[in-house]
Amino acid sequence: MTVDLAGATGRTGGDPGRSGRAGGEADAGKKRRRPFGAQPLGILFSAPYLIFVGVVFAYPVIFAVWMSFHDYFFTAPGAQVDRPFVGLDNYVTALTDPDVWRAFGNVGIFLIINVPLTVVLSIVLATALDRVVRARTFFRVAFYVPYVTASVAVVAVWLFLFSNTGLINNVLGPLAPNPSWLVNSALAMPTIALFVTWKGLGFYILLYLAALQNVQKELYESVAVDGGGRLRQFFSVTVPGVRPATFLVVLLSTITGANLFTEPYLLTSGGGPNGASTSPVLLIYQKGIEQQNPDVAAAIGVVLIIFVLVIALLQRRFVGREES
Amino acid sequence: MRRRILATAVAATGILALSACSGGGGGASGMDAKGPITIWYSNNDAEIAWGKQMVEAWNAANPDQQVTAQEIPAGSSSEEVIGAAITAGNAPCLIFNTSPAAVPGFQKQGGLVNLSDFPDGEQYITDRSGDLADQYRSDDGGFYQLPWKSNPVMIFYNKDLFAKAGLDPENPQLSTYDEFLAAAQKLKAAGVSDYAINPAPTSEFFQSWFDFYPLYAAQTGGKQLVEDGKATFDDADGEAVADFWRTIYADQLAGNEQYQGDAFADGKAAMAIVGPWAVSVYKDKVNWGAVPVPTEKGVAADQTWTFSDAKNVGLFTACQNKATAWDVLKFATSEEQDGAWLNETGQMPLRKDLTTTYADYFQSNPAYEQFGDQAARTVEVPNVQNSVEIWQAFRDGYSKAVIFGDGDVKSFLSDAKTQIDQLAAGK
Repeated sequence: MTVDLAGATGRTGGDPGRSGRAGGEADAGKKRRRPFGAQPLGILFSAPYLIFVGVVFAYPVIFAVWMSFHDYFFTAPGAQVDRPFVGLDNYVTALTDPDVWRAFGNVGIFLIINVPLTVVLSIVLATALDRVVRARTFFRVAFYVPYVTASVAVVAVWLFLFSNTGLINNVLGPLAPNPSWLVNSALAMPTIALFVTWKGLGFYILLYLAALQNVQKELYESVAVDGGGRLRQFFSVTVPGVRPATFLVVLLSTITGANLFTEPYLLTSGGGPNGASTSPVLLIYQKGIEQQNPDVAAAIGVVLIIFVLVIALLQRRFVGREES
Repeated sequence: MRRRILATAVAATGILALSACSGGGGGASGMDAKGPITIWYSNNDAEIAWGKQMVEAWNAANPDQQVTAQEIPAGSSSEEVIGAAITAGNAPCLIFNTSPAAVPGFQKQGGLVNLSDFPDGEQYITDRSGDLADQYRSDDGGFYQLPWKSNPVMIFYNKDLFAKAGLDPENPQLSTYDEFLAAAQKLKAAGVSDYAINPAPTSEFFQSWFDFYPLYAAQTGGKQLVEDGKATFDDADGEAVADFWRTIYADQLAGNEQYQGDAFADGKAAMAIVGPWAVSVYKDKVNWGAVPVPTEKGVAADQTWTFSDAKNVGLFTACQNKATAWDVLKFATSEEQDGAWLNETGQMPLRKDLTTTYADYFQSNPAYEQFGDQAARTVEVPNVQNSVEIWQAFRDGYSKAVIFGDGDVKSFLSDAKTQIDQLAAGK
């Protein structure tokens, strides 16, 4: 510990005289002697998490990629089975399956609705909450409660709201869609997107509330002095001021949305009606666990990873360009 | 963030793989080994009560081969729990809740013992179940499951609602499609319930076992969905059944939205397709009657086939003391224990001559008599590879064409046959 601290002091030029003559060589020598860096204890502290990541995330990912190139199925320990390399066969099976394309299309519809809606609602509500003076905590908690409530619990409420004889249809009367929301091919996925937006809003509002604390209040005053109203202040100060948060919200909601599973599983009883709300992860579950084809499921999983990475890169290019 | 993407995308496939590394397996050894074993049984009250008394009776007589029993662990379905247990190598010796549809998959996993490998295995099973046993043979000719109990499904109807609608509750005239549709229309017109009948319209692979398949079994006189590796339903019989259900949905005699609860018990539907387990469930809620499922032109009750809705017993390769497990299996399916099962649960042991073997029971419980008779004419899900995928493919097409009326029934049957033939052939 003492040696490390001394080394750190030397690097930061604690003794300019020594550093000027031989400090460089001395530092190089010390670096060679420190394979674990200047703070080996840091590795010790982070080791549990690194091991956790390695065992729980990295190993399954690498294993899933391996599975996707082999004829693989789960077996009892000790069972002697061949698991030959099959090249791209599992990918061909996955990508020639219309259900897979449909699932990706479904999640595309979901993202188109969910991501912009999440961004717009959370920034507007965060701005409003930031200005609320009375009952601030109540409002913040009210928006956050759905986020921390289990989907299984709130799904029942939505089933009640959006069923054929539910509250929404009763209010709409003759304007109610037929078939109703969750069994309507065109409306099932948008309804799920609304549900997920509503449920996750509290978390994204919190992100924006944090970002809003970094926006200089003087900027609002400047716009006000120039005659700008609340709307002008919002677009000229708030929106640019929270741009890094917006990039984060877009990215997180995209990743969360691409992993959609619980909501179609519960709200539309396994991706109905006839596959209109099946998501890729739901399909992975069906193929991998229910139908015992984990190799094809793994191929879909790898395609999903690529799909999300491509979207994330595009978002970084277009939404996060100034930040980067 | 990338971590999150990767993790969730492969969670369904990766975690099980991890668990595979931690288990210890029994392999095919231990066929002669005796000693303590563990078993799982279903988690409903009646089956637990039977299981407990069966284990107590065995343990009292076999102190050196004690049985430890527990309910099957909670999961989204028993099949997933069992599949994971096989992979992890910690499956119990016996599971009294093994779905025949999952058996080919468990067998492929190397998780099940071929009961025919026991010297008396073949004879015991065929002696107990008779011809019905053949539906449970695997493609290599062996028995990887012991045919245990069935719930032959029939049409339950609400006598009070039938009477309100002007239908004869004691003679409800439901044996042909035309009669059934006429009764359903009358029930709907009378407004006695939201729906005439309301099978779950959801997408799970097994839902067709409670709408299409019983009627198809009846219409064909006992044909399975796949026979000799080929789908059977793309013909006039399959079309008649699918058309019948399509009419039901098109005329809104059944709902295309899942009912949250039991529509029959709640009086939301005047009829239901259920097995004898429902007798005890509905006895205090509904004034019910039961008739065989309908056919296009009508078939006598004593010649009508239906879906078995069976659950069987699997002996798992992870078991160390397989000889004890086999002995316990024979004890649990003995005439005495089958009688106790019938008494406790009202579900039908899959044994030949059921109604004569337990004549006293059926005499004193007439409500079960027709189920006992029906149990002799039940059709099981086909014992083929990719069974679950086959049923999912069928359900997807059925859901689209029949429940939601999108496209025509003939195309659905033809497309589903092509797809299922490929799945039954391998991959």
